[in-house]
Amino acid sequence: MTTLAHEAHHAGHDGHHAPAGWRRWVFATNHKDIGTLYLWFSFAMFLTGGLMALGIRAELFKPGLQFWQPEFFNQLTTLHGVIMVFGAIMPAFTGLANWQLPLMLGAPDMAFARMNNWSFWLLPPAALLLLISFFVPGGAAAGGWTLYPPLSVKAGMGMDLAIFAIHLLGLSSIMGSINIVTTILNMRAPGMTLLKMPMFAWTTLITAYLLIAVAPVLAGAVTMLLTDRHFGTHFFSAAGGGDPVLFQHIFWFFGHPEVYIMALPAFGVVSQIIPTFSRKPLFGYVSMVYATCSIAVLSFMVWAHHMFMVGLPLDAQLIFMFITMLISVPTGVKVFNWVATMWQGSLTFETPMLFAIGFVCLFTVGGFSGLVLSIAPIDTQMHDGYYVVAHFHYVLVAGALFSLFGATYYWLPKWTGYMYHEGRGKFHFWWSMIFFNVTFFPMHFLGLAGMPRRIPDYALQFTDFNMIASIGAFCFGFGQLLFLYNVIHTIKGGVGKAPANPWEGAHTLEWEVPSPAPHHTWETPPDEALVRKGLRAQYLEGHDD
Amino acid sequence: MLKICTGNVHVSRGLLALMLFGAPGLGMADTRMTFQPPVTEIASRVSDLHSFLMGIIIVIFVAVFGMMFWAIFRHRKNLGHQAKPFHESTTVEIIWTIIPALILIAMAWPAAKLVISQRNSAQPDITIKVTGYQWYWGYDYLDQSFGFKSKLLTPQDQIQNYGPNAPAKDAHYLLEVDEPLVVPVDKKVRLLVTSNDVIHSWGMPAFAVKQDAIPGFIRDTWFKANKIGIYRGQCVELCGRSHGFMPTVVKVVSQKDFDTWVAAKQLAAKATLFEPGKPITKEALIEAGAKVYANNCAACHQPDGKGAGPFPALAGSKIATGPKAGHIHIVLNGKNAMPSWKAALSDAELAAVITYERNSFGNHTGDFVMPDEVKAAR
Repeated sequence: MTTLAHEAHHAGHDGHHAPAGWRRWVFATNHKDIGTLYLWFSFAMFLTGGLMALGIRAELFKPGLQFWQPEFFNQLTTLHGVIMVFGAIMPAFTGLANWQLPLMLGAPDMAFARMNNWSFWLLPPAALLLLISFFVPGGAAAGGWTLYPPLSVKAGMGMDLAIFAIHLLGLSSIMGSINIVTTILNMRAPGMTLLKMPMFAWTTLITAYLLIAVAPVLAGAVTMLLTDRHFGTHFFSAAGGGDPVLFQHIFWFFGHPEVYIMALPAFGVVSQIIPTFSRKPLFGYVSMVYATCSIAVLSFMVWAHHMFMVGLPLDAQLIFMFITMLISVPTGVKVFNWVATMWQGSLTFETPMLFAIGFVCLFTVGGFSGLVLSIAPIDTQMHDGYYVVAHFHYVLVAGALFSLFGATYYWLPKWTGYMYHEGRGKFHFWWSMIFFNVTFFPMHFLGLAGMPRRIPDYALQFTDFNMIASIGAFCFGFGQLLFLYNVIHTIKGGVGKAPANPWEGAHTLEWEVPSPAPHHTWETPPDEALVRKGLRAQYLEGHDD
Repeated sequence: MLKICTGNVHVSRGLLALMLFGAPGLGMADTRMTFQPPVTEIASRVSDLHSFLMGIIIVIFVAVFGMMFWAIFRHRKNLGHQAKPFHESTTVEIIWTIIPALILIAMAWPAAKLVISQRNSAQPDITIKVTGYQWYWGYDYLDQSFGFKSKLLTPQDQIQNYGPNAPAKDAHYLLEVDEPLVVPVDKKVRLLVTSNDVIHSWGMPAFAVKQDAIPGFIRDTWFKANKIGIYRGQCVELCGRSHGFMPTVVKVVSQKDFDTWVAAKQLAAKATLFEPGKPITKEALIEAGAKVYANNCAACHQPDGKGAGPFPALAGSKIATGPKAGHIHIVLNGKNAMPSWKAALSDAELAAVITYERNSFGNHTGDFVMPDEVKAAR
């Protein structure tokens, strides 16, 4: 009722606010509509990239080539990486930020509504470029998502399409980030100082700064590739005075912060969910902020650990090893804070909490394997092998993706106005948790035993673990259709209407608006007393005075 | 959770079988869960350092997640546990910043010492230049003035199993080459690693050696194998279509065997593709060309010359049946996915393989290419 009354009130004086049909989406300027677009787009990309992953795992089920030619296999690994990173994970977090930041900060919308529309609508053309590249002469880019020259310089026109797609995706990211920074810095509710805003806003803010800093670097790197390919420059060719390794330096100067661009928002999500279901304030809020900032700063100084095998000078190898190891200190602080938040809580284990706990456990496994990889001499054994594949899937699938699942179940009542089916949500969690590990844990052993990554066929001693991984991957992959089912089921009514605040322990501002969140929220900033009530409940003010 | 931390320790067969869903008969005999047995001092130290790290990691993991699972089982709402809203403690936070930092120093110290030894390639006993090609390795013994290429030996019909009835695979499937790198035992071998085309990486797990091969630059690495035997690794940097099909094989032999082998190689290096003094005939070119084709071209263009996927057929192709100059040009310089063979093959080998392609797979140009023509086209 509240919603209807609210919307009717608006239709009275401002009819164009909610255009119907396709116009609502193509001309969308509403942060909730754009957030929805981002989330559905990223889910579609997740299924597309996932299908490619299953293509990879099908070929790797047995030694020998059964399904694909090696060239097509390389296209699958390359596009799987590009699509998952730039098409699935990153837009999903931008979608979350779009939906949640204005609600959580008490702002009426994102700061730049029309730019918001543009930054979303750049994504579908980019995705299209990547997908049609499979059908151009020579096929899609096949040099790995890292696009190392000279291989990428010699590639066919699929590489050009990938380069243009990356340009578009980068533009979209920069615009999205400017929007996020401006919204957070200027549009917070009265009384909500920077050090009192939700942790999700903090990690999103830092992520946005990282993206603004490094997206142009990637654009520069791929543009240099493009001119090397077509216009006779020799940035990356020794024959013309360039250096192939220069590309790797530039790429990873982007690439390592990129890792945290995908991890920090996940930290933010988990820092919202764990306190809610522990019924306790987040432990060490300020140290969490400092840890986030120091991770961001350190992430710019460790890129060469991706290049330990190119023959760096001894001093460079040592310093990059030391700084990389150092990152585990602020990351450790975060894990300790989450555990301390749960300690002496009053815990319940709804689906979002299960995904958050799964995140903490498995992200820590990924963090530890990262620590092992940071040791340069040990990296000699693991570099460009399956241990690395295991490592970054622990961080990106059990890390970023699990946090996205958790976030979806957590905020779905707010978005749709209905409750999801708890049993099926939990089933989705346990299914994903088990088969994620079946898929990726054996890859540690493959890597230790010396199996290189990005190969379509392998020696016989790697057979067993590859079979297990492939079985796990198919179960994990098809299990995600359950997630789709759960979401659609909830949209269509779920197990009943959701109250404004379905979670006992949630105290942030988005739970103060009705469920589903009306098309327009916080047109007048929330009352300062309301803001302070929430902040006190989060122990961000009032209790120590 | 404990299962997760056993990355470096040998897990008993029973546990492994359990992880395989109790499925027997998957050929587990060769399955390894950790590093290959080290045969260099560096590889042993890497293995030890890894075990040391894993020990620390398991302790931390058990401690931290022990706390977490204690909370999960004891501090539950449905047990009536009330939340205690504590939310900061500067002392605790300083402690859990400083202790990890100290642990890291304990890890960094031995790691740094190992990096320093690993990078010390000074005063080698023997120096070998390693060149990565798409898709095989070239080894040049600089002090002994001979060299050879080392190519995958596994036949294509074992690899390509698109239909039913795949033939049985060799024990060293994909890890076998026609000519391995041969080195003497207990001698410091320095490798100068470079590439002819794209970036490759020369890796040998048993030695804890891995070095990217970068075109236009020379990097070095070294090893000192302490056990006679044959060791197998692979290219570890994505280098195009056949990245998965360019193994590295090293045969470590006694100094005496090494000397004998070197003498034989030096003698063989003087021989050429064709018998010296005799005129080169079309038939001799085709015969030699068939071997060159099988070793270099068949992986993409297929043994029957019909091509596959993005790789064009040679049978009836415009280039292989058109003017000789165009054919020579594309083989020498490459195009898109087709690598340049300029540096990889000699004039005689190129002449032979081009002649073979122009007179096989149903192509009947009837002409032939002499080594001098290739030389002139370079």
